[in-house]
Amino acid sequence: MRHIFALIVVGTLGLGLFYTLSHIPFGKGLSEVSKYYVENAIDKNDPHAGATNIVTDIVVLYRGFDTLGEVTVLFLAATGLSVFFFGLKKKEYTCEPSLIVKRGTGIIFPFILLLGVYIFVHGHLTPGGGFPGGVIIATGVLLIYLCCRDYKAPHSLFKVIEGSMGTLFVIVGLIGLIVGGSFLFNFLGAGKTGELVSAGIIPILYIVIGLKVGAELSGLVKDTMEDV
Amino acid sequence: MIDYILIPLVLVMFASAISVIFIKDLIVAVIVTAVVDLITVVLFFFLQAPDVAITQASIVVGLTTFIFVVAIMRTTRKEEE
Amino acid sequence: MIYYIAGGGLFLIGLYILLVNRNLIKMIIGLGFMETGVNIIIIAFGYVKGKTAPILSTKELINNRQVVDPLPQALVLTAIVIGVAVTALALSMVVSYYKKRGSLNLSKNKELKW
Repeated sequence: MRHIFALIVVGTLGLGLFYTLSHIPFGKGLSEVSKYYVENAIDKNDPHAGATNIVTDIVVLYRGFDTLGEVTVLFLAATGLSVFFFGLKKKEYTCEPSLIVKRGTGIIFPFILLLGVYIFVHGHLTPGGGFPGGVIIATGVLLIYLCCRDYKAPHSLFKVIEGSMGTLFVIVGLIGLIVGGSFLFNFLGAGKTGELVSAGIIPILYIVIGLKVGAELSGLVKDTMEDV
Repeated sequence: MIDYILIPLVLVMFASAISVIFIKDLIVAVIVTAVVDLITVVLFFFLQAPDVAITQASIVVGLTTFIFVVAIMRTTRKEEE
Repeated sequence: MIYYIAGGGLFLIGLYILLVNRNLIKMIIGLGFMETGVNIIIIAFGYVKGKTAPILSTKELINNRQVVDPLPQALVLTAIVIGVAVTALALSMVVSYYKKRGSLNLSKNKELKW
């Protein structure tokens, strides 16, 4: 009975979706606002220019306030997860980690950290950015937890990094407000496109976001892998 | 041309997504979900969106799977009728 | 065209899982499928045939501006992170529900029925 009802709902919605999508053309040109973004990404006189990666340009500069809210939502979700998991015992492990996992973790962990840092430092030149870089660092911490059962991560260090980086984001935005008249104004200028130190405040903000997300999610991994 | 290469990939994605309904072991269902998300990474890459692809690969395939496994560790593994 | 089919199909499969299953963790898996399908459709709106990713790497690209639409990609980048936050919070609520009821099956909770 439930299956028939579900099939009717899904079929009706599928027909509507097919009708709508067949009227939207596939593979046509840019929209007007995107033309503005692409034209200004290489304009030397525009303070928003400088990044080779146009997506980063939009996420960090044009929609920077939105990114601040995004970081806040991720922080609230991590805090909520820790609150709900408090006091719950997890299942006992039935087997020890093998020798390969133990030795391999020691070799591969520095490279995971290096990859994470590389991805958020080069966020304005190549694909990537603060969020994937932070998550890669957190997976490195998770790997340590998988190989050493009685490892305790430095919790206060994570909290200090997270809080100071969140404050730094707002401070950079406020400096832009004082100097240029708008929150998160690019007060450092565009620089030479394609070099590591260019694009004004984009690398600063991505390093801040990367460290904050990495510390936050490493704290989440610690909260969930240890019984409190 | 590239569209025809993607057809078997999309079919595998649909088959894994539908098989979630019938799998009784929740850990296996979560791993199958990771397979579906991994195939969407390939789709994002062919849609010329490498930024979204790298974010999907690290955040959705890595972090979401981890959170699901942790939640199953705290609850039960078998789906009862 | 195959991208529209993939995104719409994934959305519909996720909705079907959400409607049919009574297990809470499987319902959240279905929710994740719906979200991924919508993301694929949004990215496919901005795709332009024969153009490259919005990264200005060579001189010709800078002069001709042969790139796909960068705006949907920026929006989806935000949506993915928010989606993970939603999934994490929903799963933590599932865990606390299990602590109270001892079961993940939604049909066994009869207190709201009459």
